Amino acid sequence: MAYTEEELKKELETKEYEYGFYTDIESDTFPKGLNEDIVIAISKKKEEPDWMTLWRLEAFRAWKEMKEPEWANVTYKKPDFQDISYYSAPNKKPKYDSLDEVDPELLDTFKKLGISIDEQKKLAGVAVDIVMDSVSVATTFKKTLAEKGIIFCSISEAIKEHPELVKKYIGTVVPKKDNFYAALNSAVFSDGSFCYIPKGVRCPMELSTYFRINQAGTGQFERTLVVADEGSYVSYLEGCTAPSRDENQLHAAVVELIALDNAEIKYSTVQNWFPGNKEGKGGVFNFVTKRGLCEKNAKISWTQVETGSAVTWKYPSCVLKGDNSIGEFYSIAVTNNFQQADTGTKMIHLGKNTKSTIISKGISAGQSQNSYRGLVQVSSRAENARNFSQCDSLLMGNRCGAHTFPYIEVKNKSAQIEHEATTSKIGEDQIFYCNQRGIDTEKAIALIVNGFSKEVLNKLPMEFAVEAQKLLEISLEGSVG
Amino acid sequence: MLEIKNLHASVEDKEILKGINLKVNAGEVHAIMGPNGSGKSTLAEVIAGQEEFEVGEGTILLDGEDLEELSPEERAHKGVFLSFQYPVEIPGVSVTNFMKTAINESRKAQGLEDMPANEMLKKIREKSELLEIDRKFLSRSLNEGFSGGEKKRNEIFQMAMMEPKLAILDETDSGLDIDALRIVANGVNKLRGKDNAIIVITHYQRLLEYIVPDFVHVLYDGKIVKSGTKELALELEEKGYDWLKQEAAV
Repeated sequence: MAYTEEELKKELETKEYEYGFYTDIESDTFPKGLNEDIVIAISKKKEEPDWMTLWRLEAFRAWKEMKEPEWANVTYKKPDFQDISYYSAPNKKPKYDSLDEVDPELLDTFKKLGISIDEQKKLAGVAVDIVMDSVSVATTFKKTLAEKGIIFCSISEAIKEHPELVKKYIGTVVPKKDNFYAALNSAVFSDGSFCYIPKGVRCPMELSTYFRINQAGTGQFERTLVVADEGSYVSYLEGCTAPSRDENQLHAAVVELIALDNAEIKYSTVQNWFPGNKEGKGGVFNFVTKRGLCEKNAKISWTQVETGSAVTWKYPSCVLKGDNSIGEFYSIAVTNNFQQADTGTKMIHLGKNTKSTIISKGISAGQSQNSYRGLVQVSSRAENARNFSQCDSLLMGNRCGAHTFPYIEVKNKSAQIEHEATTSKIGEDQIFYCNQRGIDTEKAIALIVNGFSKEVLNKLPMEFAVEAQKLLEISLEGSVG
Repeated sequence: MLEIKNLHASVEDKEILKGINLKVNAGEVHAIMGPNGSGKSTLAEVIAGQEEFEVGEGTILLDGEDLEELSPEERAHKGVFLSFQYPVEIPGVSVTNFMKTAINESRKAQGLEDMPANEMLKKIREKSELLEIDRKFLSRSLNEGFSGGEKKRNEIFQMAMMEPKLAILDETDSGLDIDALRIVANGVNKLRGKDNAIIVITHYQRLLEYIVPDFVHVLYDGKIVKSGTKELALELEEKGYDWLKQEAAV
């Protein structure tokens, strides 16, 4: 059965879902609005040390003086920041007692994506049996990680348990005054993840299943900090291919990556927030600041598959500070119906012999607008910097748009910068060709889109790639014909 | 096997096929010749179910079944194969992956399981040898950067893989040099059998020296104006089409 926006909408109705700024009135929910008292209260509620409270306050004061940016190629009604409740205790009560009570269509989608029964329960909000597999898996994971000295916990826990690490690194890559949304996040971040890989340690597993199981239902102002100490390696997976719904319309996350000398971080994201209905109503605004810092010989790779959200504003970037450091950005952004995405990257070359690669694949359908915005900057000290950028757009139908905004600033003559861009359309002739070979139109589109996205899909960890591939198919179902 | 009765087809109100009658039996090879713009490719695409064309009057029967209501993929599942005059490119999708998808979709339509990987590999090896195709070629993106000859050879490779009941070759000879033509024709001949039929659309007699047809038809202005045996092709080569045009005008 085709999974369309219409069905998603139905699904949401049956679940008594309400988008907008509605929060359950529970004793633990703060009143709407944002001021210094609220910021202090959030910090208190989370039992944070004074330095953290002060840090949040400084961010809040900076934010008050800032204006919401307007340069992105997106239009939306600006949120009223005084009409949001900035803290509500996570709802621990399960919504259902068993999977039988969950909307069968939602389960159908889970099945299509190949999500395990245990994860389905977790994602749908079903009470989880204590002996279930994933719990023991999670425990095993934790043990393995601890043996290697890897710290992997919530950011709140890290602030309490590892204040020296958090204090040393938080805000060093994305300063709290960096931009409007980053400042807001710094003031009010609800929770998120912290990860530290000690010197010379190669993280033995993709931080995925564990992460996903534990992150279902994370709040709207997530904060992530990943520190890879000298010579270490970690592959980190964020997000979920399952459709995520949230009462919060506004999401403003911050992700900071720090790769010290000779370290490598692979950060993969699959984002599938509620994109709004077929008429373009509702849907999540996703304003994210992601940035990584590379010291000497370090490497950071961002890989993202963006299919959700009504409005996406996101530029995972690399500051190539150390000599011989490498930054990579691989992206697939899909927009359908009335979705708008303005996404890309910044590669800041500061060190000598720094290298960056950008591969961006935009797929637009319906009446959506999909923009790539990228900056390649080479400082005067960055001898022999090299960049290769490739931006490909695929259009479906006549009413969508694809835009490319590349910015190149070079201050060193030895730099080598290459930029390639293509725009293509899924042609009726391609579809007919596939049809003639016995492949129906939906499958044909999936085949063509997957072919188009192959270079990026190949960069995802195996298990994630398979899910992402299916997600692309689901996101575009019913968009042609 | 194929029976076309009084077929009319138009595109944007312009009638292109003006009453085609054609009967093809299992085991036969028919050649359709004719000048540019006479409707040869349209006939091929209408049989394959291209929805761009409006079919007015007439019927197309495959083994007695009316194809009118069937989508292009359903026709393919019933064994209709079209070797395209201009095969399209699909970047990032390898020839192997494309064939695997096509074969398994057809099997699914017939209620069969996916073809086991070893069987698929064996078939690919066998058919690529038949058409003298380097297997490295099969991991390249479909038709992307292929030469004209490679595209056509790849079409016939797909035909060999799909083993269709009715194959329509639309100007498969154009863009082929003499060696490639021989290889392709040899491939097609190996696929001839008593249970399948082939329609060869061509401008030139040349291909028919290699793929010898049982019948030759001349299409002119949307109608079959003359039918005959392979000698008719030679006559056309010698005299051109003008005498037929005059005959048709009478």
